[in-house]
Amino acid sequence: MVKVLLWGSLRAHTDGQAEVEVEASTFKEVLDKLAEAYPGLRPQIERGVSMAIDGRIYREAWFTRISPESEVVVMPYMTGG
Amino acid sequence: MAFDAYVKREFKQVGTRVARPDGVDKVTGRALYGADMVAPGMLVGRVLRSPHAHARIVSIDTSEAAAMPGVKGIVTGRDFSVPKDEFLADVAVNCLAQDKALYDGHAIAAVAAINATVARDALKKIKVEYEVLPHVTDIDVAAKPDAPVVLEGRALETVPAGMGANVTHRCEFGHGDLEAGFAKADKIVERSFRTAATHQGYIEPHACLASFTTDGRADLWVCTQGHFYFRTLCSEMLGMEASQLKVTASEIGGGFGGKTTVYLEPVALMLSKKTGRPVKMVMTRDEVFRATGPTVSTSIDVKIGMTKDGRITAGWADMRYSGGAFQCLTCEMGAQAAFAAYDLEAVQTVGWNVMTNRPKEAAYRAPGAPQAIYAVESVVDELCQGLGLDPLEVRIKNAAKKGTKASYGPTFDDIGLLATLEAAKKHPHYTAPLAEGQARGLSCGFWFNFGGNTCVTMNVNTDGTVGIAEGNPDIGGSRASISLMAAEELGIPYEKVRTIIADTASLGYADTTDGSRVTFAVGIATINAARDAIRKMCKRAAMLWGIDEDAVEWKDGAAHPAGPNAGKFPPMSLADIAAKSFQTGGPIAGHYEVNADGAGVSFGVHLCDVEVDKETGATKVVRYTVFQDAGKAVHPDYVEGQMQGGAAQGIGWALNEEYIYGADGRLQNPGFLDYRIPVASDLPPIEAVILEIPNPGHPYGVRGVGETSIVPPLAAISNAISRSIGTRLQELPMSPPRVLKAIKGAA
Repeated sequence: MVKVLLWGSLRAHTDGQAEVEVEASTFKEVLDKLAEAYPGLRPQIERGVSMAIDGRIYREAWFTRISPESEVVVMPYMTGG
Repeated sequence: MAFDAYVKREFKQVGTRVARPDGVDKVTGRALYGADMVAPGMLVGRVLRSPHAHARIVSIDTSEAAAMPGVKGIVTGRDFSVPKDEFLADVAVNCLAQDKALYDGHAIAAVAAINATVARDALKKIKVEYEVLPHVTDIDVAAKPDAPVVLEGRALETVPAGMGANVTHRCEFGHGDLEAGFAKADKIVERSFRTAATHQGYIEPHACLASFTTDGRADLWVCTQGHFYFRTLCSEMLGMEASQLKVTASEIGGGFGGKTTVYLEPVALMLSKKTGRPVKMVMTRDEVFRATGPTVSTSIDVKIGMTKDGRITAGWADMRYSGGAFQCLTCEMGAQAAFAAYDLEAVQTVGWNVMTNRPKEAAYRAPGAPQAIYAVESVVDELCQGLGLDPLEVRIKNAAKKGTKASYGPTFDDIGLLATLEAAKKHPHYTAPLAEGQARGLSCGFWFNFGGNTCVTMNVNTDGTVGIAEGNPDIGGSRASISLMAAEELGIPYEKVRTIIADTASLGYADTTDGSRVTFAVGIATINAARDAIRKMCKRAAMLWGIDEDAVEWKDGAAHPAGPNAGKFPPMSLADIAAKSFQTGGPIAGHYEVNADGAGVSFGVHLCDVEVDKETGATKVVRYTVFQDAGKAVHPDYVEGQMQGGAAQGIGWALNEEYIYGADGRLQNPGFLDYRIPVASDLPPIEAVILEIPNPGHPYGVRGVGETSIVPPLAAISNAISRSIGTRLQELPMSPPRVLKAIKGAA
């Protein structure tokens, strides 16, 4: 199981939980399992999210490995100018 | 070892100030910008724009215009099918209105004619019947439930029930117990701020030349930050396959985020498709201001608590951003960035997007962060003043560092904020005496940076030179930086390498030049393409020597036999191997493709001294120093240029630049005489102090440097002005009338 930290406004879709646990070992599995377990998150996931894994921010790296000890934080999709 | 992991090394070429490859062309006028492109039989396109801030388009009659001699084609929104995807649909509707004009300057129709005079005259003959609707351009008014509705039904699922229809997005970040945090504070300051929308102010207007052939293929030459993304947008809007549209980027006269989306380009392509002739379109400055993306305008509340000894106990901010007449998610970036410089136990930020009858927001260096950090850094400064604390010491005391849980969620790895703060503290500027009437301000700044999709092809020529094709328009010196990294890795002189920006048919996809990504991401691809070429050259050398390829190593630009059984051969240089390439298997090229991550966040600290004329309210910035963690500075001149450029734009944003709307909802200042960007005589020498804290996610330790530098100036200057006049302004820009009013109010 991986602990996943969600940003504040997503907690409305996880019964107020800031951190949830999913069975996943990659970036994509985390998102798939989140959308499955918490359907309210699906629109945001489909719009796009980034994910910080152990402090490093990834945008679309579906097959990046995640270990059970990893710090995983879902973030909005990064944009820039 | 990961392909992108940092390895400490002694650089031989990276870090030197070599001659820029585009310099001669640019100073002699040979460089070709968007408006320089021509084609035989070319028509000229012009756009008819809405004179209303908000109006229903009842009808458009183009018959009289179409009948004019010399008019070859006319398009309206009806010529485009609106994409199903909401984001793409917004881009398309922004290029040509469908049923409503959503802001002053919104494109309604476009004409292609034999020359500009005929095209302009034809626009006057297009009859548009409008039903003028109530409009709203002020963000706080637009957020109210009874405000005129810009577009119905655009709110995301993130918006709570009961909000006005123009409120389309809400986001929230943070951690900890705010109430407990504020209870620990000895002093709490809560303030409200407003920042005006500002334009990127690039000197080159948008320009393109489109040519559609009768067999469904098309070419587009355009001034852009991202020709591959332009291909995606245009091909979607024109219903064509991406492979059938070739987009070539021109040289670019400034972008700063504003040239990351399309305006004229799909229109020019459609006009060309309709007329069967190439169509060139160039915006006037008036059009650039009225119809291309400025930044968000904002209205922000901030509350921060601090102990007597300067420890921040809690921070909270509520940020309303308006990205104009469409959905806009820039508030997410602002709400994440607001408190990123601080190590806080309790922090919460809430971001909102509110639609107004203004042009669609486009990115501008670190989109969303300057406004948020201006508000936070202003309150931190006021707390320091109130508690009699040194503002730099307070920032050092509270600085985010390795192991800090960032206000937006993750735990920071190695970051350079403390190093920049300590550098500022040690710098002579911080303790230099101030002249009578002068005051000093400072601010921290932060930006995320990212990497993204990148392809590089590296061709080893038979004469021993190297050509690199990459896909990112060079807006900040990337050709020089890429050539330097290639030269470093290959071990050949910089002068032997030439980097070009390939068109969309010649190379794999490249994300847009934004997010401070190019030197970082294209650098990774370039270094790895060089390593690919080196592997191939070592193999060729092994063939020529008749030894195993594993017994060859590459150093100082040449293959060397290595290991006990390799034999003794003199080194074989890149030029030697390349000269024999046809006889050893064919041309040699290195390739690399990547969607790079690990760009690493960036922090900066700005110090400035100002002088305020108490009679006129005019502010003069007399000294300015920028401290920034750049990772490895590949070409220090360009890095300093980015730091100075961001500071200069931030000074303009702080002191003068703003979109001013009249009661009729029309933009009052669409030109550089009335929208005043700083000129050289407005600016002090800007000293750039580069700190090189290696980014662990890049083989050479590179970080993006293009955006962070625009973040701190707004608060740094505001903090200095507040200390100068004895009262705090809470609205940008701090133009002379506003400063004068504040001085009189304080008296």
